Amino acid sequence: MSDYILEMRSITKTFPGVKALDDVNLKVNRGEIHALMGENGAGKSTLMKVLSAVYPSGSYEGSIYFEGEECHFKDIKQSENSGIVIIHQELALSPFLSIAENIFLGNERQSNKIMKWQATFSESKKLLEQVGLKDSPETIVKDIGVGKQQLVEIAKALSKNVKLLILDEPTAALNETDSANLLKLLDELRKQGITSILISHKLNEVVSISDSITVLRDGKTIETIDAQGEDASEDRIIKAMVGRDMTSRFPVRVPNIGETVFEVKDWNVYHPQQRDRKMLDNVNIHIRRGEIVGLAGLMGAGRTELAMSIFGKTYGKQITGTLHKNGKLIKADTVSDAIAQGLAYVSEDRKTYGLNLIDDIKRNITLSNLKRVSKNSIIDENKEITEAQFLREKLNIKTPSLTQLAGNLSGGNQQKIVLSKWIFTEPDILILDEPTRGIDVGAKFEIYSQINELAAEGLAVLVISSELPEILGLSDRIYVMNEGRISGELERGIANQENVMRYMTGSGGASNENIN
Amino acid sequence: MKTLINLFSNNIRQYGMIIALVFITALFFILTDGILFKPLNLTNLILQNGFILVLAIGMVLVIITGNIDLSVGSVVAFVGAIAGVLMINNNVPVVLAIVLSILVGALIGVWQGFWIAYIGIPSFIVTLAGMLIFRGLTLYLLDGQSLAPFPESFRILSGGFLPDVFGADGLHILTLILAGVFSLVLIYMEYRSRKKQAAYSFDVLPLWISVTKMVLLLFVINWFAYQLALNKGIPMVLGIVFVLILIYTFIMNNTVMGRHIYATGGNKKAADLSGIKTKRVVFWVFVNNGVIAALAGLMFASRLDSATPAAGNMLELDAIAAVFIGGASMAGGVGTVIGAIIGGLVMGVMNNGMSLIGIGIDWQQAIKGMVLLLAVGFDVYNKNKSGN
Repeated sequence: MSDYILEMRSITKTFPGVKALDDVNLKVNRGEIHALMGENGAGKSTLMKVLSAVYPSGSYEGSIYFEGEECHFKDIKQSENSGIVIIHQELALSPFLSIAENIFLGNERQSNKIMKWQATFSESKKLLEQVGLKDSPETIVKDIGVGKQQLVEIAKALSKNVKLLILDEPTAALNETDSANLLKLLDELRKQGITSILISHKLNEVVSISDSITVLRDGKTIETIDAQGEDASEDRIIKAMVGRDMTSRFPVRVPNIGETVFEVKDWNVYHPQQRDRKMLDNVNIHIRRGEIVGLAGLMGAGRTELAMSIFGKTYGKQITGTLHKNGKLIKADTVSDAIAQGLAYVSEDRKTYGLNLIDDIKRNITLSNLKRVSKNSIIDENKEITEAQFLREKLNIKTPSLTQLAGNLSGGNQQKIVLSKWIFTEPDILILDEPTRGIDVGAKFEIYSQINELAAEGLAVLVISSELPEILGLSDRIYVMNEGRISGELERGIANQENVMRYMTGSGGASNENIN
Repeated sequence: MKTLINLFSNNIRQYGMIIALVFITALFFILTDGILFKPLNLTNLILQNGFILVLAIGMVLVIITGNIDLSVGSVVAFVGAIAGVLMINNNVPVVLAIVLSILVGALIGVWQGFWIAYIGIPSFIVTLAGMLIFRGLTLYLLDGQSLAPFPESFRILSGGFLPDVFGADGLHILTLILAGVFSLVLIYMEYRSRKKQAAYSFDVLPLWISVTKMVLLLFVINWFAYQLALNKGIPMVLGIVFVLILIYTFIMNNTVMGRHIYATGGNKKAADLSGIKTKRVVFWVFVNNGVIAALAGLMFASRLDSATPAAGNMLELDAIAAVFIGGASMAGGVGTVIGAIIGGLVMGVMNNGMSLIGIGIDWQQAIKGMVLLLAVGFDVYNKNKSGN
C-alpha cells in the first residue's frame, strides 16, 4: 500500500459550454515530486485551481482527500491552512515591498495589528537561507531577478508550513542557470519531506527530477507513469500527451505555392525590461506566396514575441536582424510602416489588442486603413458602409447591423471582425496569432476556410497556434520554436504530433538529441 | 409604442441628457415666473455661459482620449492677462493681440501635450501643475492688480451682436433668416440620413417619430431665434459657439483625425497596433485645447472688460462637469460635442436660474455638485443594468 498524501477522485469541472475536467484522478505519494504534464488547455491549471480552492468546494464534482481526510476547501486561505500552497506562473509578489514583507504578506508577524519588524526580518532570513537566497530580506522585490523572485515565492510558501507545494511552470520564465538552481532546491525540499506537484512543459527536466508523472489530455487523466521506471521514455510521455485522433475539422485545400515573399533573417530580440534576457535567438524564417506556414511552440517559446517584433517592433528591445519582402530589404520600425509594407498582424488577444469594444463594427473594420475610405482626411461614410458590408458578408459576420458595438458580439464574430479589419488593409503577409482561441467549432471552420481563401488569393500566411491539430491541419510547412529558437522545420506530410511535440519540448529529433 | 420604448432604452444616454435639460429648464421657468425665457434673459444666459460652452468643446476631446485638463481655468486667466498687457499697456493693435494670445494658448498646449504624450506623465498631474503655473504667471504678469479697460473694438468679442442689416424696428430680421436657413438644412439632413439608412437597410425610425422630433426641434430653434430677434439679435458669442460646434462635430464624426481620437480613447493598445500614432493624437488634442482655452480667455476678458488675476477660477470644473453630464466616460472613448454642449447648457441654465431666484453662491455650488453626481450616477446605473 502506498502512502498517498493527496488523492483527487473523479474531479469534473464544467465551465459554460466546456468540460474543462472530466473524471480526473490524481494520486500523489508522500514526499515525492509529482509532475503533471499535458498540452496547453489539457486541464492542468484548472485541476490545480480546484485543489487550491481557487474554484471552491461545490463548484466541481468529485472529492479530494488530503492526508487521508476528505477536504471541502471554501477558499485559498483554507487550503493554505492545511498546508497546500500554489505558486502561479505569474508571480504574485508586490514589486515595491521588501522580500521580508512579501514573505509574510497576508500572514504578518504582528501583535494586535502592530507589525513586529524584528520577527519579520529574522524569520525571513532563516527562510531565505533554507531556499539558498543570499540577498538581504530588506531588498525591494522589483530589484531582484525573476529567478530570485521565484525563490522568494517558495520561501513564502515555506513560511506557511507547506506540506504540498504546487509549482505552475516555475522555470518557464527562467534562464538555464536559474532553472537548474530551482530544480536543485526542489530536490532539497524533497529530502526535507515536502511533497511537490510540478507542472512543466520541459520534458527533460521533468524526467530528470520527478518520481512520477501524470499526463492529462483534453481534461482527462491518461495515465500515471513511474518516472524512474524503465518505460518512462520521452517518447512515451509525448505519445500520451498528444495521442488523439485528427478528425476532419479542416476544409480541403489544394495549395498553390509561389516564390518567397517574406523573409526574416538573423532575428535577435531582448526582453523589454530584463535587458540581458534574450527572447529570440537568431531566428530565420521565410514564407512563400500562397503558402500557409504554421508556427508551433509551447507557451513562452517566443512565438508571439517573434510576430510582434516583426510587426513594427511592437515587442522587445535591442532588435537586430533584417526583414525582406520580394528579395528587397524593408524597414518596419513602426506599425504604420509595417502596414504600409503589406504586413498585417491579428493579435492573440482580440479584446485587448484587436478591437475597440465600445465602437461599432464598421468603424473597427476600417480603422487600420481609413485612407481607403477617405479623401483629404474626410471620411466617405457611404463608401465605408459599402466596404464594411462587403467584408461582413464575405466573412459571414452574424449581426443584425453594422452599427452594433463590437463588445456585444460573440467571440467568433469578434474574431471575424479583427480578421476583416486586417483583410481591409490589403496585406501581402498575414500573421495570425491564435486565430481560433476561445471560439466554437463552427466559427473555427469558417475561419479556416477564410485563411485558405486568402492563401489562394496569393497572401503569405503565418499561423501561430497552441493547438497542434490546428497547426497540422492548416499548414503547408511548420516551424517549431523552443526557448526563443527555431528548433525544427517540418514539411506537410512529414510533420506529425509526435515529432512536432518533440521539437516543442526541446528534446530534438530522434537522431538529434544534442540540439541544445 | 414598442419601437418608442426600444428607441429610448437604446439611446438612454443621449435622451437622458436632453430630458434632464428640458426638466431643469421647465423647473426654473416655473421658479422664476417665466423670467428665464424673457428675451433679455436668454441673451444674458448666452453671454454668461458662452465661454463654458467653448471650454466644454475643447475638454470633450481631451476626455474622449482618456485624459483630463485641469489647467484651462488658469489658462483663461493667463491669456486674458497677456491680452491685457499687450492691448492696454503696450497699445498693440487688437487683431494682432488676439492672434498672439491664441498663439500663447497653442504654446501652452504644446508644453502640456509634450509632457503628457511623449514623456508619459499622467495628464492629471501635468495639468494640475499647469493650473498652478499659469495662475502664478497671471499674478506675476498683472502684479496682482486688474488691468482695464480694453479697447472698444475688443469688447465686440463678447458684447457684440450680428449686424442688423435690414434695420426693421424692434425685430432683428437677419436672426430670423439665419434660423430659417438652419431649419431647412436640418430638415434636409434628416431626410438624407433617413434615405441612407433605408438604402443600407439599417433600422429606420418610423416616420412619425422623425417628424415629431423635427417639429419639436424646429419649434425650439425658431422660437429661441424669435426671442433673440426681439432683443438685439444673435450675440457674437452664440455665433462663435455655433461655428465651433459645427467644426468640431464635423471633425469628430467625419474625419480621420476624429476616428483616431475615439480609437485612442476606446482602446489605446488596439489603436497602437492598428498603426495609429496615439502619442501624436494626444499631443494635438492638448494643443487644440490650449487654443480653445485661449479663445475662452479672450471672451472672458472681453466680457469683464478687464484682465484680472482671479479670472476663470474653477472654470475648468464647470467645463469638466459639462462634459460628464453630457455623457462622456471617464475611461475615454465615449462622448460627443453635442453632448458636452447640452451638459454645458444644463450648467448654464442652473447658474442663470439659481441667480434669478436669488440662491446664494454657496448653495449654487452644492446644487451643481449634486446634479453632476446624479447625472453621472444615473449613467453608471444604466450601464450596469444593461451589462447584466
